[in-house]
Amino acid sequence: MSAVGKLFAGAAVAGAVLLGGCELGPKTTQQTGFRGTGMDQIVDPDHVVKLAAIPAPPYATPDDSGPRAGQTYQNVKVLGNVSTERFNHLMASINQWVAPPEQGCNYCHNPENMASDEKYTKIVARRMLQMTLNINGKWSSHVKNTGVTCYTCHRGNAVPTYKWAIAEGTPDPDTILRNKHGQNSPNASVGFASLPYDPFATYLAGKAQIRVAASSEYPSKDHVVSIKDAEKTYGLMMHMSSALGVNCTYCHNSQSFRSWTISRPQRVTAYYGIRMVRDVNADYITPLASVFPAYRKGPHGDPYKVNCQTCHQGQSKPLGGVSMLAANPALKPPPTRVVAAEGGAAGKAVPALMANPQAMTRRP
Amino acid sequence: MALLSFERKYRVRGGTLLGGDLFDFWVGPFYVGFFGVTTALFAGLGTALIFYAASLGPTWNPWLISIAPPDIKYGLSLAPLREGGFWQIITICAIGSFVSWALREVEICRKLGIGYHVPAAFGVAIFAYVSLVVIRPWLLGAWGFGFPYGIFSHLDWVSNTGYQYLHFHYNPAHMLAVSFFFTTTLALALHGGLILSAVNTPKDGIGGGEVKTPEYEDAFFRDTIGYSVGTLGIHRLGLFLALSAGFWSAVCIIISGPLWTRGWPEWWSWWLNLPIWS
Repeated sequence: MSAVGKLFAGAAVAGAVLLGGCELGPKTTQQTGFRGTGMDQIVDPDHVVKLAAIPAPPYATPDDSGPRAGQTYQNVKVLGNVSTERFNHLMASINQWVAPPEQGCNYCHNPENMASDEKYTKIVARRMLQMTLNINGKWSSHVKNTGVTCYTCHRGNAVPTYKWAIAEGTPDPDTILRNKHGQNSPNASVGFASLPYDPFATYLAGKAQIRVAASSEYPSKDHVVSIKDAEKTYGLMMHMSSALGVNCTYCHNSQSFRSWTISRPQRVTAYYGIRMVRDVNADYITPLASVFPAYRKGPHGDPYKVNCQTCHQGQSKPLGGVSMLAANPALKPPPTRVVAAEGGAAGKAVPALMANPQAMTRRP
Repeated sequence: MALLSFERKYRVRGGTLLGGDLFDFWVGPFYVGFFGVTTALFAGLGTALIFYAASLGPTWNPWLISIAPPDIKYGLSLAPLREGGFWQIITICAIGSFVSWALREVEICRKLGIGYHVPAAFGVAIFAYVSLVVIRPWLLGAWGFGFPYGIFSHLDWVSNTGYQYLHFHYNPAHMLAVSFFFTTTLALALHGGLILSAVNTPKDGIGGGEVKTPEYEDAFFRDTIGYSVGTLGIHRLGLFLALSAGFWSAVCIIISGPLWTRGWPEWWSWWLNLPIWS
């Protein structure tokens, strides 16, 4: 074989090896913006998250007649106004959705005294029921009419597969040796990039604003965002993209990540999603820190919290957009509890900004 | 009219690829040939269509004029003129004129009796353009994946298309292309500096302002680092660096979508998953 022949053979082998890391086969595409703007989604159907079958209800949903659960059972604090039949149906469903099969009801209940709160899992489950009602009632800005059930996150596991706690950090922060400052590690939570890999503590437990772009092209002491802060927001966005199985242009037009006028409406849903997750983490999970045993907490002793991946699990709509609320009406609160603007001042600010989006990018 | 000693050698009959003697003539100093005619036709029609399509658009601001490709729903078929059809015809005209120009260069090479290095190099630039507006759209199944013809709009396209892969700097072919682009400019600066320094020698310095020969430079580097790339080799290297930059740019966009749809950082997990350490 001539030298050139060897060169080409080597190139062919190297090319074949490189292609091995790629996605071959046809792709499905979707245009999401005006033609020629590069706003589109290209998806490899072989690598899309395959949805496992949603478990069928244990039996047909009973109607809401007959005695109330609060009358039939003792110590029913959340669903006391639901009929006993429906309450039992929901308990059977939670058995499928959450409890390990070998333990069943006993995972949360003392079989000798079902009303007892002696197991921590029962206290957690009660708080999670309140959380589910809160999400389905107050956060329709994010969950729409689809809503969530325990299964949206748990998927048959006692602890949801995707969760986060404050990252372990560096063993000795006072030395530069082996101190990577929380970045430069190929971490799945930021799409394997070198970006800061714990954006969650800042943006999903804390309430830091994801506002990098300034209103002016000139430096201002009123708008100082460090490069690392900017990269942390990038890390959060990498998480959101990976969690939803989409790319940046699913919500943003990168001409201006900030401007609402040229963003897609999905960005509004995501905006409320971030605030919903903060609400869930701050009001429902973090207060359970004293309830969870140590082995259910992260390295810094904080309970495992939720991020986008907890529900979405690689899909732009969790469970492919299938609503399980119709079969589980006990998890849907009365419509009177629907609140439009949620998430404090920032949450209220959005509709006004949406009404006058130019204000977001107007020069002072 | 021949002002330079080689003009007579250039203006010889023959060497044409098409058209025989029919187009084998000059207009002033410019050789025409069959491909000169097709270049003029394609370039004229394409430019006229750009102006016409721009006249139908909302602005005459030269920064904002944009002639966009069709919607993706048209797939690989023809679209109505005002919904991307203009883009399709302008693309045909652009490729027609670029390829015609390359073939005219081939004919000139044949008249000069020299190798085809110049048209081959231009061919890599054409390949980079064709990969953006033909190869990748064809692999993805719609002309709508081509970039729009506008100064700002094509930059928006580049930005959005890059962000479809979350962080485009992790694209391995993009890494190679960027490295080659920087290396090309570095090599050209070093080479230009070397040649000028060998010619512009100080009159009051050692050697008394004598212009240095290439051997002078070769000897210096053979003494210092044991190797000199040489007068021919430096140009071979320069051509390789420049063509590699264009080639890998083309590769980096062809693989984005047709061969990889997720974030480019994630692509590198093959390295993390090598059985050596995983």
